[in-house]
Amino acid sequence: MSKRIVEQNADTLIFELSDQTRRSTSLAPDIDVNEVCLELPDHLQRKKTLELPQVGELQVLRHYTRLSQKNFSIDTHFYPLGSCTMKYNPRVCNTLAQLPGFTSRHPMAHASMSQGVMSCLFDLQTMLKEATGMKQVSLTPMAGAQGEFAGVAMIRAYHDNNNDTQRSEIIVPDAAHGTNPATAVMCGYKVKEIPTNEHGDIDIEALEKIIGPQTAGIMLTNPSTLGVFERKIKLIADMIHKAGGLLYYDGANLNAILGKVKPGDMGFDVIHMNLHKTFSTPHGGGGPGSGPIGVSERLQPFVPVPIVGHSDKKGYYWITEEELPLSIGRLSAWMGNVGILLRAYIYALLLGRDGMERVADFATLNANYLLKRLMAADFEMAFPERRASHEFILTLRKEMKEYGTSAMDFAKRLLDYGFHAPTTYFPLLVPECFLIEPTETESRADLDAFVETLIKIREEAEQSPDLLKGAPFELPVRRLDDVKAARELDLNFYYSEA
Amino acid sequence: MPYIPHTPNEVKEMLRVIGADSINDLFDEIPQELRTDISAIPLGKSEMAVQRQLSEKSNIDGTPLCFAGGGAYEHHIPAALWQVATRGEFYSAYTPYQAEASQGTLQVIYEFQSMIASLMAMDVSNASLYDGASGLAEAVLMAVRANRKAKSKRILMPKSVSPVYRQVVETIVKNQGITLDLIDFELTTGSMDPLSVKNQFNNDEAFAALVIPQPNYFGSLEEVHQLTDWAHEQGGLVITQVNPIAMSLLEAPGNWGKNGADIAVGEAQPLGIPLSSGGPYIGFIACKQKLVRQLPGRIVGRTVDLDGKPGFSLTLQAREQHIRRSKATSNICTNQGLMATAVTMYLSFLGTDGMQKVAASCVANTQKLMALLEESSVIQFPFGKTVFHEFVVALDVPVELVLERLAEEDIVGGINLCLQQTNQQAADEHKNHLLICVTETKTEEELQFFSNTLINICSDISSQSSSEGEQK
Repeated sequence: MSKRIVEQNADTLIFELSDQTRRSTSLAPDIDVNEVCLELPDHLQRKKTLELPQVGELQVLRHYTRLSQKNFSIDTHFYPLGSCTMKYNPRVCNTLAQLPGFTSRHPMAHASMSQGVMSCLFDLQTMLKEATGMKQVSLTPMAGAQGEFAGVAMIRAYHDNNNDTQRSEIIVPDAAHGTNPATAVMCGYKVKEIPTNEHGDIDIEALEKIIGPQTAGIMLTNPSTLGVFERKIKLIADMIHKAGGLLYYDGANLNAILGKVKPGDMGFDVIHMNLHKTFSTPHGGGGPGSGPIGVSERLQPFVPVPIVGHSDKKGYYWITEEELPLSIGRLSAWMGNVGILLRAYIYALLLGRDGMERVADFATLNANYLLKRLMAADFEMAFPERRASHEFILTLRKEMKEYGTSAMDFAKRLLDYGFHAPTTYFPLLVPECFLIEPTETESRADLDAFVETLIKIREEAEQSPDLLKGAPFELPVRRLDDVKAARELDLNFYYSEA
Repeated sequence: MPYIPHTPNEVKEMLRVIGADSINDLFDEIPQELRTDISAIPLGKSEMAVQRQLSEKSNIDGTPLCFAGGGAYEHHIPAALWQVATRGEFYSAYTPYQAEASQGTLQVIYEFQSMIASLMAMDVSNASLYDGASGLAEAVLMAVRANRKAKSKRILMPKSVSPVYRQVVETIVKNQGITLDLIDFELTTGSMDPLSVKNQFNNDEAFAALVIPQPNYFGSLEEVHQLTDWAHEQGGLVITQVNPIAMSLLEAPGNWGKNGADIAVGEAQPLGIPLSSGGPYIGFIACKQKLVRQLPGRIVGRTVDLDGKPGFSLTLQAREQHIRRSKATSNICTNQGLMATAVTMYLSFLGTDGMQKVAASCVANTQKLMALLEESSVIQFPFGKTVFHEFVVALDVPVELVLERLAEEDIVGGINLCLQQTNQQAADEHKNHLLICVTETKTEEELQFFSNTLINICSDISSQSSSEGEQK
C-alpha cells in the first residue's frame, strides 16, 4: 500500500460527495414515485426526507475501492492473528458459491427445486461428522458464538429433559475466549472459572474441587487458547461425565488437529466449528461467520433445526421440529449462512482427507518453526518447554521492563513494516503477550521475514523506544484516540447530540 | 500441495531448526490412543473437477421465477457491487482489531451505521447482527435490559410477526425467563387493531416492550403511530421490525407517534444481498442515543489520531464479551462485515432517489398482480389490498398442491402460511393461505404469466377434485 495514494481522499466520507439534486443512477426502475404513493395510506407514509448519498456510480465505486486499499488483509499481508486462523481463502470457493443456481434460490423454494444445494449441505454434514467424530451435525448456527449458544442450550435441554434441574454452573478455564462465559450466562448458567497451571494445562486439583452435582458442563478449547494440547483431556472428560456434566468443545483451534485427533474421541458431547477459520471461508472484515455444531449420541434429539436428511424415496428433505420435537429450536430464519456453508463445502472437496491432514501438518510445522526461530533470537515464550500447536504465545514483558515498550507498541510498529500484528493481550493471564498463528498457507520466506522484522523492532526498542511508542507512521492514520472515541461518541454522520 | 507453498527442502530445513525428525513428531504431545484418521472423507480433487461438480449441482436448482418473500426478497443488485465487495482487501480482512490497518473496513462500517440510522430515523446503529430473526431476539434482550422501570421480562409479540422470527426469538431468549405474549391480528386486515390491543392489555401487568412489524409478515400495514403511543403510555418500549426498502416510502420508526420507537431492527438482505437460500444475510439494529450502551455487537466511532487527523476505531467495547466476559451485553463476536460492506455500497449506488424508485416499483408491481388475480373468482384477498409488496391470497384448493404444480412450471409461487404455524389453531387460521411477494424485478409479461398459471392450476385442481368427488 502506498501512503500517497490513500492520502488523496484521506478524509472524505461518501456523504460529503453527495448532492441531493444529482440523478445519475441507471440502477433503479424509472417510475413516478408520487403517483405510486397514492396507493399507500397517507398517514403511514414517510414525511421527513430520507438522507442517503446521491453520488455517481463511478464515484461510489472509486470511493469504496480506495477505502479497501486502506485495509490489511490476507490477500495483501501476512496476518498472524492468533486464534483467528487467517489463511488463504481460495478464490474458487467464492466463484463457485456465486453460481446463479445457488445465489438465486429463495429459502422457501420447494424441496423439489432445491435438490442441488441440499445435496451440498448433506455432504458437508457428512464430512464434518467424519472430521470431528460426532454423531450428528447441524449447520444452522451463523457464527462461532451462536454455535456456542446452541451447544450450551442443548446441554441445558438435556439436563432439563432428565429432570436434572439443580445443575446451575458451567466451568470455564481462565484462559477461555470471552464468548464462553458470555454464552453460559445467556443460557441462564453461572460461570465458574478454573485456573491453568504453569505448563498451560488445566489445574486438575482445582477442577476436582469445583465439580459437583451443580455442574452442568465444562467449555474447553483443545489445543487450548494457550497454544498447547491439553494432555489430560481424557481424565477431565471422565471427571465431568462421572459428575453427570457434559463437555463442550470450542472449535476455534480445530485447524491444529484436523485429521489427527477428533473431539468426539476426546470425550466431547457437543462442539462448534468455526468454518471461517478451519474451512477457510472469508473473514470479510468481521463476518459473516458460520458455526455448525456437532453432537454425541446423547445430545442428538436436541440439535437445532433444520438439518438436511436423505432417503431414496424422498431425495433430500428438511428435518424439522416434527421429527425432532426436543430440538432447542431455530437460530436463524432458515438454514444459517448457506452461502458460507457452500464455500466450506467447496474447500473440503478441494482438500479431501489428504489435504485436511496437510492442514494440521503444515499449520503445526509453521508454528513450531516460528517459535524455535524466535526463541533462538532470545524472545521469551510463555511455554518454552511445550510443543506449539498451530499457534503459540510470546511474551514481551522483558522488553517492557527494559525499554518501556509494550506489546501494543511492538504490534503498531509491525504494521509499519507491513505485517498485521498477532493477537495482543489475549489470553489475559500472560503479560504483554502476542498470540501468534502463522497458518499453513504462509511460506517459509514470509515466516523468516517476520522473525527478522521482530528482531529489528527490538533493536529499535533498545535504541529509540519512541519509534515504537509513536508507531505507526506509515499507515493512513497514526495511533487513534480511543478515549475520545468512547467519551465523545460520533457513531452517525447525520446525528450529533444537541 | 494445494495452498501449501513449502518445498521438500524447506520442510527438511524447518524440521532441522525445530529439532524434529518428521512432521509427525510435532504431534507427540497428543496421547497416542487419541490419534486417528479421517479415512471416510474422499481424497481431494482438482479445481477443475470441483468446478464441474458444483456447476452441475447449481444447474439442478436453476433460476426459477420467484414470487416468494416472507423475509427474503429478490431485488436487482448493481453489477459493480459484489465486484468491489469481494476485493481481497474487504473479503479477506478480519474484525478491525488493529484500527490503523483497518481504516477501510472501519470507515465502511461508520458509513453503514449512518445510513441505517438515517433510514430508520434513529440516532445510532451498530455494525450489524447475524440476520433479521436473531436481530429481533437481540432487540428483545436489549429492551428487557434497558427498561428498568417496567421490571418486567414480558414482551408483547404480535402474530403478524413472521412465525419463523418468533421461533428464533423463543429459542434465544427462553433460557433467561423472558415470556412472549402473543397479540392477535384482525381477521379482515391481517394487522393489529390498536383498539383491541388497548382493550386486551390496558392496565394489565407491566411489559418491557411491544414489537411492531412494518410492513408485517402478511404485507399489511400496521397503525404504527397509535400503537407506539399506546405502548409508551403503558411504560413499555417499542421495538420495530421493519423492511428497509419500505422505509424509503413508509414512515420510519424514529418518527412513529409522539416520541418515536425506541429500537429498530430488521433484515437488510433486500439491500444488495442475493437470496442464497437464506444466508448469509445481515441483521441491523438502531436505537435512540440514550440506549446506546445497551446495544449488542460491534460499534465503530469516529475519532482522531495522534496528529489530530480524523480516523475510525471500534468503540464502547466495555459492553462486549472479550472485555466483560460473563457480564457482556451479548455473546456476539462477529458481525456480518462483508454483508454490511455490500449494504453500504447498495445504499450509495441507489441513493435516496433510487431507493424510493425501487420501493415504488415494488408497490406498483404488487398492485398490478393483485389486479390481475382479482379477475379470477377462485382467488380471495382475506386481509385486503392495503399492502407494501406482499399480500395473502386465500385459495379454494390446498396450497401445497398448488406450490408443487407451480414448481413443475419452474415458479416459486410463494409461501404456504398454514405449514409454517407451530400449533393447530394458528394453522387453521391460515388454511389455504398463500403469501405472495412482488418486487421491482418482475416484468408485465411475468406478472401476466404467473397470474394465468396460478389461476389455471387452481381451477384445474378444483375441477379434478370435484370430478373425483362425483365419481365417489
